[in-house]
Amino acid sequence: MSHFESPIREPLITGNKTWKDITNDIVVNTTGDIKPLWLISVLISAAVAAFGVFCIGWEVCYGIGTWGANKTVGWAWDITNFVWWIGIGHAGTLISAILLLFRQKWRTGVNRAAEAMTIFAVVCAGLFPVFHMGRVWDAFFIFPYPNTRGPLWANFDSPLLWDVFAISTYFSVSLLFWYTGLVPDFGTIRDQAKPGTTRWKIYNVLSFGWVGEAKHWERWESLSLILAGLSTPLVLSVHTIVSFDFATSVVPGWHTTILPPYFVAGAIFSGFAMVLTLMLVARKVMKLEDYITIAHVESMNKILLLTGSMVGTAYLTELFVAWYSGSIYEQYAFANRALGPLWWSYWIMMSCNLIFPQFFWFKKLRRHIGFTFFISIVVNIGMWFERFVIIVTSLYRDYLPSSWIDYRPTWVEVGLFVGTGGIFMTLFLLFCRFFPVVAIAEVKSILKISGNQGKKQQLEEVKEQKVYENVEINY
Amino acid sequence: MSTTKNLLVGIFDDDHTLIHAVEHIRHDGYKIGDVFTPFPVHGLEHALDLRPTKLHTAGFMFGATGTTFALSFITWISTINYPVNIGGKPHFSLPAWIPITFEMTVLFAAWGMTLSFYYLCKLWPGKVNKIVDPRTTDHLFAMTFDLDGKDEAYIDKVSGLLKSNGAIEIYKKEL
Repeated sequence: MSHFESPIREPLITGNKTWKDITNDIVVNTTGDIKPLWLISVLISAAVAAFGVFCIGWEVCYGIGTWGANKTVGWAWDITNFVWWIGIGHAGTLISAILLLFRQKWRTGVNRAAEAMTIFAVVCAGLFPVFHMGRVWDAFFIFPYPNTRGPLWANFDSPLLWDVFAISTYFSVSLLFWYTGLVPDFGTIRDQAKPGTTRWKIYNVLSFGWVGEAKHWERWESLSLILAGLSTPLVLSVHTIVSFDFATSVVPGWHTTILPPYFVAGAIFSGFAMVLTLMLVARKVMKLEDYITIAHVESMNKILLLTGSMVGTAYLTELFVAWYSGSIYEQYAFANRALGPLWWSYWIMMSCNLIFPQFFWFKKLRRHIGFTFFISIVVNIGMWFERFVIIVTSLYRDYLPSSWIDYRPTWVEVGLFVGTGGIFMTLFLLFCRFFPVVAIAEVKSILKISGNQGKKQQLEEVKEQKVYENVEINY
Repeated sequence: MSTTKNLLVGIFDDDHTLIHAVEHIRHDGYKIGDVFTPFPVHGLEHALDLRPTKLHTAGFMFGATGTTFALSFITWISTINYPVNIGGKPHFSLPAWIPITFEMTVLFAAWGMTLSFYYLCKLWPGKVNKIVDPRTTDHLFAMTFDLDGKDEAYIDKVSGLLKSNGAIEIYKKEL
């Protein structure tokens, strides 16, 4: 409360809000009649999700042979989507955990929705390796439990098992972090309803009976801070371990030490792109422009620029190291990626991820909503192709030319992917309708310092000082 | 099951006023029952002189349990229960076990701490807590005083203190 913040820093809440306004603006989205636009969106998403479930059923009935994946390209469309979704699931925890530790206040406007996105994306991601097993009814074999097969334990030296632990830990810890943040806000929604009504009862169950005692808040803050401290290495470890799936193999193009940092940067990059894609729409439809301001969009675009450049540097480093290694297999793998039969996928990846984000060096473009939306879509596509390039183009021309093969996805694979999009959107739309989309309590706690009236007041206080003489600000 | 309590409630509309009021009232020797706020107010825990939470110590203990559990379990499996010869590599291959050990540390610490939090705060799905004033999860702050066994003079004195320290509303409530 007592710390000083420069009045030049942009306000994070605009529109002269009071605490009461914040409650009303967020809670209003969970009340009232269901809007036709929302209903239509949910129905479409649910239909797409249902098609995805149908494709899963088809695959389970008829086997992995219904997919285009084959002996040479064993990991294809399926694992591409797994890594893509897991990557998208990195922004939420990054925003809430790492930005909390760095005391970045702009996270309060977007953290709730981004965390929700994380959880839904990990749900989608988890489906792919599970159904890639083929005999999905034996999926529990991956867990180390006493069994009658020896007991034959899981292989603790295998990155695939590390992945099982990493993804499940990440999912459950993200869920705890997200829900503990939601509890006080559910209390707020409950108290806006009439006591005794069904609405009051449902939100009371969701709020665990939260009333906002001083002692509870003190514990809550301590818990949030430590969960953030735990989630920070966790979020970095998850994509590191995903990259180990590739890096510890002896496949040219995969067997590199650059993969862990490269994957982590790529995950954050794609995660922020997805957050922008969805939040730019949500802030408009749900009238949240005062809470997710242009300043928030610009901050996220700066992260896109940073991580995009990191990913781009990794692409170029890979090329250099392949050449410098002197290994003909390594050199061939990269030459084949850029100039082989699937050259177009490589160049889509290069242009979407390396070139397009560079436009964000310009402040005008960073603050342009339409352009940001366009770039966020481009990055989502680019990051999908990155995983496709890494997986398919490293495998389809392997050591034995006699086993070289082309890869084409079948409708079952494509349907599964499209279906996960439906699952993700359905969950997100339900979240938008029934949950507080912006962290109400956290936004209230920064209102005095980061709200536009607060900023105005801070400027009044320091106006006399020489440094602020020529400062002109319109809030 | 639960008994009703007589409370004196003071409502504030600003966090700074609230902290100052808490400091003054406690300085005058009056015991504050509880304070309810719509968001975490920094400095309030010092003003109320709350014992700092030991949740982080619990978190460390849970984390250490996770580390120990993962390492000892994997070691037992890989060296005693079912040692597998993989190209003559050592059965005790610690570096390969670090990722899972780390994940289990985080998993135990996070779950242990979160469950401890809900246990200590006595919060669970379906719990119905008595709400002093529903506006305290919205935009107002409430300070309560226990009135059981207190006389009128006490009520007048505390009401006067609340008023002079910026309370916008003062009322009695049976809860």
